[in-house]
Amino acid sequence: MATSATPSMNNTSFDLEGYIGNYTGHARIQRMRFIAERVGAPLELEALRMAADELKKGENTVVYTEVIEQIGGRLGDAYQLDKDWIVKVERESAKRLEKLELELNQYKANLIKESIRMGHNDLGDFYYEQGDLQSAFKSYVRTRDYCTTSKHVITMCLNVIGVSFELGNYVHVTNYVQKAEQTPDVSDPVVLAKLRCAAGLAALENKKYKLAARKFVEVHTELLGKSNYSEVISPQDVAVYGALCALASFDRSELKTKVIDNNMFRNFLELVPEVRELIHDFYASRYASCLSYLDNLRTSLALDIHLHDHVERLYEQIRHKALIQYTTPFISVNLSTMAQAFNTTVLGIEKELAALIMDNQIQARIDSHNKILYARHADQRNATFQKTLATGEAYVRETHAMLLRASLLQHDFMSKPPK
Amino acid sequence: RSSDLLLVRTSFISVTEGGVPLKRIQPVVCSRVTSNLAGLKRALGSLTALHESEGAQPHVKDCEVRSQLRVRSQMEQAETLATTVWSLSDTPEKLAQLNTHLKGSDDMLKRSIPVLNDLLAMLDPSKYTLAWLYILDTMGGESPPPQGAEGFCVHANTLITASDPDQLRIAPEKFSSVCRKFKEICIAAGHPARAAMPLKTAIRKVQPDTQYLSPQHGDFLQVCLLAKMYNAAVDILKDDVYEANPTLTGLVPRDFLLYCYYGGMIYCGKKRWSKALDMFQHAITAPAMALNAITVASYKKHLVVSLICRGEPAGLPKYTSAVVHRHVKACASEYGELAAAYATRNQQDLRACIAKHEEKFKEDKNLGLVKQCVDSLYMRNIQRLTQTYLTLSLGDIARLVELPGAAEAEAHVLRMIETDGIHASINQKDGMVSFLEEPEQYNSVSIMERLDAEVQNMVLLAKKVAMVDEQVSMNSAYIGKMMLKERHGRGFTDHDDFEVA
Repeated sequence: MATSATPSMNNTSFDLEGYIGNYTGHARIQRMRFIAERVGAPLELEALRMAADELKKGENTVVYTEVIEQIGGRLGDAYQLDKDWIVKVERESAKRLEKLELELNQYKANLIKESIRMGHNDLGDFYYEQGDLQSAFKSYVRTRDYCTTSKHVITMCLNVIGVSFELGNYVHVTNYVQKAEQTPDVSDPVVLAKLRCAAGLAALENKKYKLAARKFVEVHTELLGKSNYSEVISPQDVAVYGALCALASFDRSELKTKVIDNNMFRNFLELVPEVRELIHDFYASRYASCLSYLDNLRTSLALDIHLHDHVERLYEQIRHKALIQYTTPFISVNLSTMAQAFNTTVLGIEKELAALIMDNQIQARIDSHNKILYARHADQRNATFQKTLATGEAYVRETHAMLLRASLLQHDFMSKPPK
Repeated sequence: RSSDLLLVRTSFISVTEGGVPLKRIQPVVCSRVTSNLAGLKRALGSLTALHESEGAQPHVKDCEVRSQLRVRSQMEQAETLATTVWSLSDTPEKLAQLNTHLKGSDDMLKRSIPVLNDLLAMLDPSKYTLAWLYILDTMGGESPPPQGAEGFCVHANTLITASDPDQLRIAPEKFSSVCRKFKEICIAAGHPARAAMPLKTAIRKVQPDTQYLSPQHGDFLQVCLLAKMYNAAVDILKDDVYEANPTLTGLVPRDFLLYCYYGGMIYCGKKRWSKALDMFQHAITAPAMALNAITVASYKKHLVVSLICRGEPAGLPKYTSAVVHRHVKACASEYGELAAAYATRNQQDLRACIAKHEEKFKEDKNLGLVKQCVDSLYMRNIQRLTQTYLTLSLGDIARLVELPGAAEAEAHVLRMIETDGIHASINQKDGMVSFLEEPEQYNSVSIMERLDAEVQNMVLLAKKVAMVDEQVSMNSAYIGKMMLKERHGRGFTDHDDFEVA
């Protein structure tokens, strides 16, 4: 699995500005830092610079310090550790914190539910901006007791989900998504879409690709519009994640109905034409071009904060699916033509097919001498006979053992411990 | 009778050597059974007279006299015993009496060891089996003397061949002890095969039915193992054993375990792996409250044999007793590692594991079996190849299965074809092996007959189970317990029993 930074990546072709333009706030910072870790110079500096810029707009001094250290003075004086700014921000934050806490105590004394809820909420927001994720989480969760309308519940859930994403705690994400979905009269498609995205991401992290794909393809196009979820995920991401997971886990009919014929998802796919081409190629069995698209995407996907762990596995699964799909309609397949279609050597293809056959994914046998693959259908009748005889023998054996044991027990025959 | 004649002959020889006139012998020959002892006395007397006439040392004569006296007293006791035996051997009740009497006379017998031979000579083994049992047992003693061993063996042999099964069953523990000593003497003398036939007869005598297990089973199998007479053993093993009744056969739990263990080993020797697995499994799953060394040894062999025959370690069935479950894996940790190495299907790993634990395997005497594992791994890997390939070159086979070269691959494949491990044909011109489909189409008359026979077998077995079930439900202890349960659980047990889902 390609996990470590590979400086030999095609850095120049990666459009950092365009990529990051889709994200705002915390997502932006996170992704920039991640990319900076993965990629070598010169993009690293670019990424760090953008992160630093974004951070200065906010109040997260801890992360700011870290990023500046990472830059290490390479970007010139403008990016040196601005201690004054830090001090100023921290002082202001302390003041705000005091004020918020005071207000909260007041509200608590007054026992007005709505204001207590808002107080907690504001506190949560504050901590989130600070980067103190644990406290933010706690504050948001506290608002739960004071939520009166479903809208409140939704807001609470969405906040918690956002914080959990940054914490990397995907269990909470799933929990709160479920909670939000169960709230009565939640009909706002934007909200629903957001929830689906969140659920999809959580499933992706848990390696449940089929579930993730299902969630992603159900995301409403509304997300493309104004009220988007760019603090967490961008529409391009939705398209890419959804498409790849679907390719790796859906079977042919599902792929057609849920992805290709899906109008809403098509809007997402328009944003990433490569992925769209990829899917169509796969469906039309143009495996060579499909796999070449995949290879092109691989480098940029390795920089993606959510997908990088899963790239290898997804690719493998897609490749296997392609191989299996290729062989299903035929009784015999010439291995050299197949190797050409998949752009590898005959020996390579033979090895891959052997592995798939041993895994019982393809029902066929290889004629290694003539390099032909022959489909093979299990002989049901023979198999039934064999199974019957085996079952009979097993019965006789088990019954005999049982009768013997019964006799032993009847006569109290046991090796007893020495007294 | 032969024993009389023997006695006469000895006295004749000893007498004529001394040149005593022949007319002395006549009374000896004409003497009846009881006075045979008298004849002995006389023969002894003439011997001492001889010594006297030759002018032997006084203290030798003294010793002779003393031993003669002792012999005389023992003789008298033995005589009384013999008379008791004769009188009490008519009916079964009297036999029971005799049994108790003999038990009581244990000490007396121990003291009169020298004359036991003669006592035996007086009694016919087929009529007075019980007495023979006790006498022989005492003769065997704790550790039989080497010179008496031969005589003991002969007597044991006679006893076994001529004994009366009913009398044997009155004191089965004695019989097993006699047989065991007999077996040990033979093994110690280096002739285990001598004990084989007698023990086989012994088994048949003690069993009321071929389905009963006796202690002699274990002894017999051990002897066959040592003498490498596997075929003789298989004859006994092929009778399925269903009953283990200690009162009828004198069985103790250890005997059962030994039977299973040795039986498994014999099947291993004959390479009938699945039957061996069954035997070892019986040993492991026998009810137990304490861990027995035999069980642990059986478990180890069970693991190795299941690797050879099934390719994976067969787990402990859930009816194994808790004690065994908990402790047996800890005692056999090297074997667990062996199983893990086998599961990787990698020859290198397996060999490395074996080399690592070679000492332990040798100590358990399992090294041979473990080496067979290696072979079976090759076989299994080649079999997996038949599922994937239609034809494969020998070089490829060698590479995929980690054999050193194409020639070895060819040898292996050839062996497997001969033993019906795979169906294939080797094309030597191309160096290619073609894997064929299984030729058995299951559409012949022989298959039909086989299926029919199996079904009949199973119907019989099911009837047997029903019978045992009926027996249990008529058992008074069971009924008592059921009544108790009902009394306590009145109300809801009834519903549980009769509620229809």
